[in-house]
Amino acid sequence: MYRKMGLGRQLLYQLLCLFITLTVLFPILWIVGMSLDARDISRPRELFPPEISLQAYERVLKLPTNNPVTFAQLALNSLMLAGGVALFSLAIGVSCAYILSRFDFRMRRFVMLAIITVLMLPAIATLAPLFVMLNRVQIADFNLRNSLLGVGIAMLSGALPFAIWNLKGYLDTIPTDLSEAARIDGASYNQTFINIILPLATPALAVTFFLGFLTGWTEFVLSWQFLTQPKTFTLAMALWNMVGQYSGDTPWSAFAAMALMVALPVGIVYLLLQKYIVSGLVVGSVK
Amino acid sequence: MASQAASSNKQPTKFQRWWVRSETSRNIWVYLFPALFVMAIITFIPLLYQLWMSFTDYGITNLRWDSALPNTVWLKNYSDIFSGKLAAKLPNFNFWRLLAFNLFWTFTNVFFHVILGVLIAVLLNQKGLWFKGFYRAIFILPMVLPNLVIAAIWRNMYDPNYGAINVALQNIGGLFGIPPEQFIIRWLDQVNQPIPWLFPGMPLPLSYFALLFANMWLGWPFMTVVATGALQSISNDYYEAANIDGANSRQSFFNITVPLLRPAMVPAIMYGLITTFNLFNLIFFISGGGPLRQTEIMVVTAFNLINGQRLYGMAAAFSVLIFLILLGLTLLTNYVTRATERYDVS
Repeated sequence: MYRKMGLGRQLLYQLLCLFITLTVLFPILWIVGMSLDARDISRPRELFPPEISLQAYERVLKLPTNNPVTFAQLALNSLMLAGGVALFSLAIGVSCAYILSRFDFRMRRFVMLAIITVLMLPAIATLAPLFVMLNRVQIADFNLRNSLLGVGIAMLSGALPFAIWNLKGYLDTIPTDLSEAARIDGASYNQTFINIILPLATPALAVTFFLGFLTGWTEFVLSWQFLTQPKTFTLAMALWNMVGQYSGDTPWSAFAAMALMVALPVGIVYLLLQKYIVSGLVVGSVK
Repeated sequence: MASQAASSNKQPTKFQRWWVRSETSRNIWVYLFPALFVMAIITFIPLLYQLWMSFTDYGITNLRWDSALPNTVWLKNYSDIFSGKLAAKLPNFNFWRLLAFNLFWTFTNVFFHVILGVLIAVLLNQKGLWFKGFYRAIFILPMVLPNLVIAAIWRNMYDPNYGAINVALQNIGGLFGIPPEQFIIRWLDQVNQPIPWLFPGMPLPLSYFALLFANMWLGWPFMTVVATGALQSISNDYYEAANIDGANSRQSFFNITVPLLRPAMVPAIMYGLITTFNLFNLIFFISGGGPLRQTEIMVVTAFNLINGQRLYGMAAAFSVLIFLILLGLTLLTNYVTRATERYDVS
């Protein structure tokens, strides 16, 4: 604020900030410490283990849960689901977002309201119909519900309105001058969209892709309900297997290593994109 | 453009004229088509199907592609939910308590997020505070980790015997000579209410407070980030003028900072309310809704109806109710954010 602060006030504020830092870091330190514990006991209870090793990570990479599925397979499944859904929702959502952001037409309010309404719905609110509908698609041994493709379709149901809304929020902030100039110079609708709007929207596309990816990367409800074959399981399901009701025999060091390996890749990207993400979330929810 | 295309020698036919005139609207619908088509198939049709399902006793026997259609029971699912008859299949189920808890959960959480978030943002915005960049970098951490992982970690920390919370309390208590047995607290499944008189008629078990605390850890940084952005756009002139007029710092806070933060905070609060209302991951992973369903929110119940009970028709009715409640909340959100759009100070 206006006055410069004195030393006493500075120290008081530093103490406060340090205290908040401690509360923020405590769970993270706890989990990092546990994951590095070398003693191979099932329930470590110190913040800083006496001896450190990476054996918990090694164990998780080999076989994180009792199910016959490796970490690599779980990560690959989550990667395919999250990446595929995010990419597809972007590809079919961007043109819709462009229209909603730039053009006025009859039905516009109706289309927007329909999208917002679906956007607010949690995945669980459409879980029952999607489950029974996809379950009826059975081709020989292949059941669409019990496959990554089926989970992807169900996830797209939530990811698509989110992508449209988020992209629309960003596109609203791009000045209209350039596209108008292009239109006056005789560019067709497609040329304006592909050559002017899409390049300007690249950061928005990247952020929206990432946010969609983030949701898919730890998606739990649909995959837990749909998938029964271990080779199609995802990271979030394995994490629940390690912490849930029947997880009494999971060593905590392995769980901690697993949690960190799930969280770190997306956490680092989030930190890098942070500035854009936050402004986007706020912009998206204002309009 | 229309004139360019139509400037041929021959008189254009009616169709040609329409074709040229409708170029914009044709393009609009071509551009909208992919997304709307996919949404129709994977979202709107399932929602209608769900409405139909909610009037049937859709169960595990109707699942196979060649199995018979379920019986129509009309409003029985809904009346079972409202009257509490569902409790026969889902012990301790009570719709009104569930709804009340869900709303209570949402508002208490967002209240704390906003208060903490704004206060910490103001703290970090103090002129001349040392290590500002360092603190800002640390304080963002709860936001960047997936909340599913955070929930799993908190569940682990609330373990009565080996969890970080009890171990920390035992260590601190040890300094004052309190025996460690005092701190084997069953955070997540103790049924006795710690403060029974707090809200009469609504049981708030210890796990509610545990969840509230974990979600506080998770939620305030978002509010801080939003508030920081808004704080930095407040011109220093206001504070200088207030200072010259003899306002103290508390008066400046309530008469300058708070009203100027409002336009940025209201959408963030709305976003927070909807997210918290549906915060499945945190509750399912930490307490699972326990003990005795006292910390369950509606999405957790709906998930249990499908996952454990396999009552698809009943779950559909439940989801229709969630849909209606959220629709109300959405319209309210729309109304409130519209109302604040016109809010203009300068």
